[in-house]
Amino acid sequence: MVGLIDIINVGLFAATLRMATPIAYGALGGIFSERSGVVNIGLEGMMLTGAFTGVTVSYFIGNPWLGVLAAILAGGLLGLLHGVITVKFAGNQIVSGTGINIFALGFTAYMSQTIWGSRGASDSVQGLPDISIPLLKDIPVIGEIIGTHTPLVYVVLIITVVSFIVLFKTPFGLRIRAVGERPEAADTAGIDVYRTKYICLIISGMLAGLGGAFLSLGQLSLFTYGMTGGRGFIALAAMIFGKWMPFGAFGASVMFGFADALQMRLQALGLLPPQIILMIPYILTVAVLAGVVGKAIPPSNYKPYVKE
Amino acid sequence: MENLTEHVNKLNLQVRRLFQRLEAELRASVPKMLPQVIAIVLAFAVGAIMLLLTGYNPFEAYAAMLIGAFGDTFGIGQTFAQATPIIFTALAFLFAYKCGLFNIGAEGQFLIGAFFAALVGISFSGLPSFIHIPLALGAGILGGAMWGFVPGVLKAKLGAHEVITTMMLSYVALYITGYMVNYPFKAPGWVAQTVLISPSAWLPQILPPTQLSLSIVVAVLLAVATHYTLCRTTIGYEVRAIGLNPSAAESGGIGIKKGIILALVISGAMAGLGGAGEVLGIHRRFIEGFSPGYGWDGLAVALVGGLNPFGILLASVLFGALRSGGMTMTRTTHVPLDVASILQALVILFVAAPMLIKYLLKRGGVKWSGS
Repeated sequence: MVGLIDIINVGLFAATLRMATPIAYGALGGIFSERSGVVNIGLEGMMLTGAFTGVTVSYFIGNPWLGVLAAILAGGLLGLLHGVITVKFAGNQIVSGTGINIFALGFTAYMSQTIWGSRGASDSVQGLPDISIPLLKDIPVIGEIIGTHTPLVYVVLIITVVSFIVLFKTPFGLRIRAVGERPEAADTAGIDVYRTKYICLIISGMLAGLGGAFLSLGQLSLFTYGMTGGRGFIALAAMIFGKWMPFGAFGASVMFGFADALQMRLQALGLLPPQIILMIPYILTVAVLAGVVGKAIPPSNYKPYVKE
Repeated sequence: MENLTEHVNKLNLQVRRLFQRLEAELRASVPKMLPQVIAIVLAFAVGAIMLLLTGYNPFEAYAAMLIGAFGDTFGIGQTFAQATPIIFTALAFLFAYKCGLFNIGAEGQFLIGAFFAALVGISFSGLPSFIHIPLALGAGILGGAMWGFVPGVLKAKLGAHEVITTMMLSYVALYITGYMVNYPFKAPGWVAQTVLISPSAWLPQILPPTQLSLSIVVAVLLAVATHYTLCRTTIGYEVRAIGLNPSAAESGGIGIKKGIILALVISGAMAGLGGAGEVLGIHRRFIEGFSPGYGWDGLAVALVGGLNPFGILLASVLFGALRSGGMTMTRTTHVPLDVASILQALVILFVAAPMLIKYLLKRGGVKWSGS
């Protein structure tokens, strides 16, 4: 007989935080992009590329932190590419994002085969160590849930707060939102629309790359084919569910992360088919967009801005 | 005798006129397709550089791919077999696009259609084929249409953006069908799949042992029907009017909400029919994960095909060739299979920004008057 305690325990909540982390990175990345008026469905590919680049650099250099740095740069580079296509050349944002996703899936598998002789998985590399937060880890229950994790779990908490401050408490954030909401007005007010969008897209890609590095270097210490497994899309869902707000998106990520952690436990115990729980985030997102559970209104119309 | 000569002359004239018209149409469409052709050339060029940098011989790789895709009857059959499902999803994307809608959820509509067709294929036995096959295809159409109807209604009545809803519903479809073939409809054994459908629902194969089935004939007919519907019927006119200028269409008396729902229903139905064709023509059952992303390929092929049905037929052959030729290339040259999807992605990225190609042409000193 499986008791409730086997399912709902501190392990579940610790796992929730780990599952929520990559989604939150992606969702925050999505917020920067969409707040500046560019849809970024390429998050999935940027995450995957980050995951791959992190492992590759750690494999050749042996330092996972340089791997994380490389993952950030690789994600930022794809963000820049998305910017060149959609901002400079006013290309279609959905098409560009789709291209980036397919490219990332193919390119990482291609390079994996070239470097390790297998498109399925890389060799094991030096991953990120877990750290324990002094004092925090000694608190009963809470300490067990949030006391010991890979540093990237704590970093995402910091970035969530920083994102909120940047977007809503600084002139730069005001400029970003102005560019997303009213590009013409922003331009008239002397804001460089293109530059702002470029910066936001690079930040977006960097955050996605960081989320990917968490998956590969923080969790498995290796790269596997398509290892993001749709988390970039869940991140988009979390962004919408959180109404394009950093704290909202983080909360939604924790909720979706909980669903993921719960699903794995129930599946391991043979209690509930995983698919039933896995589809919940997507259904909720559709419901939110439709206004069934509180209306989500996008912060921009996402039209490419062409200077007169 | 004189009568016959006259007749032959007349026929000659007609044939000549037909060729003249075809030539004129081709001439007219070539400049329109120029950015697409350039995108393809650029993609292969960038791909070649990447192959070189990673230690492979691009000429060897491309030659192996070409030979694999078109070198023998088997290769050609496989190329067209791989092109078939993409034609459906591309036409699905196109139809919604003409109404100003971005249906990026063809993958989900395709899967639901495939599953519905498999259900009908399993459920009946002893029916004559000429009843069972249309019934199963009809179920596929219905399934896809349902999966297009939901985002259609959400868009028309509640303003939910179809890009996100169709994408999210794709994942819902993935998990629903995954659940179905892992639990209630799972065939005995380890693989997550249904049992075989009744032979009476099998779509005939055209070129065994290749996977080419009668589904490709359906696909080509659907392309013609799509062209006809868009250009010659009231529905098509209304759909295009909404796509071009919704407010003008509305003041012209066209029901926008109805049009949006209808466009997504038809779009979903097309993708669903494609999924049904794969189940009835190739796999003969629903297997979890059998689609390697035909929905996304559809978006790409519709764009590379210049957003018209006949262009889609051409572009689908390119994408089918990349898939089937890629497999041969991996066997014979050890270049990773994924070159094929990298090339597809590069084509998509170049096609995404027509202005980029224009810019490159200007840089290269070529004048081009296309828009």
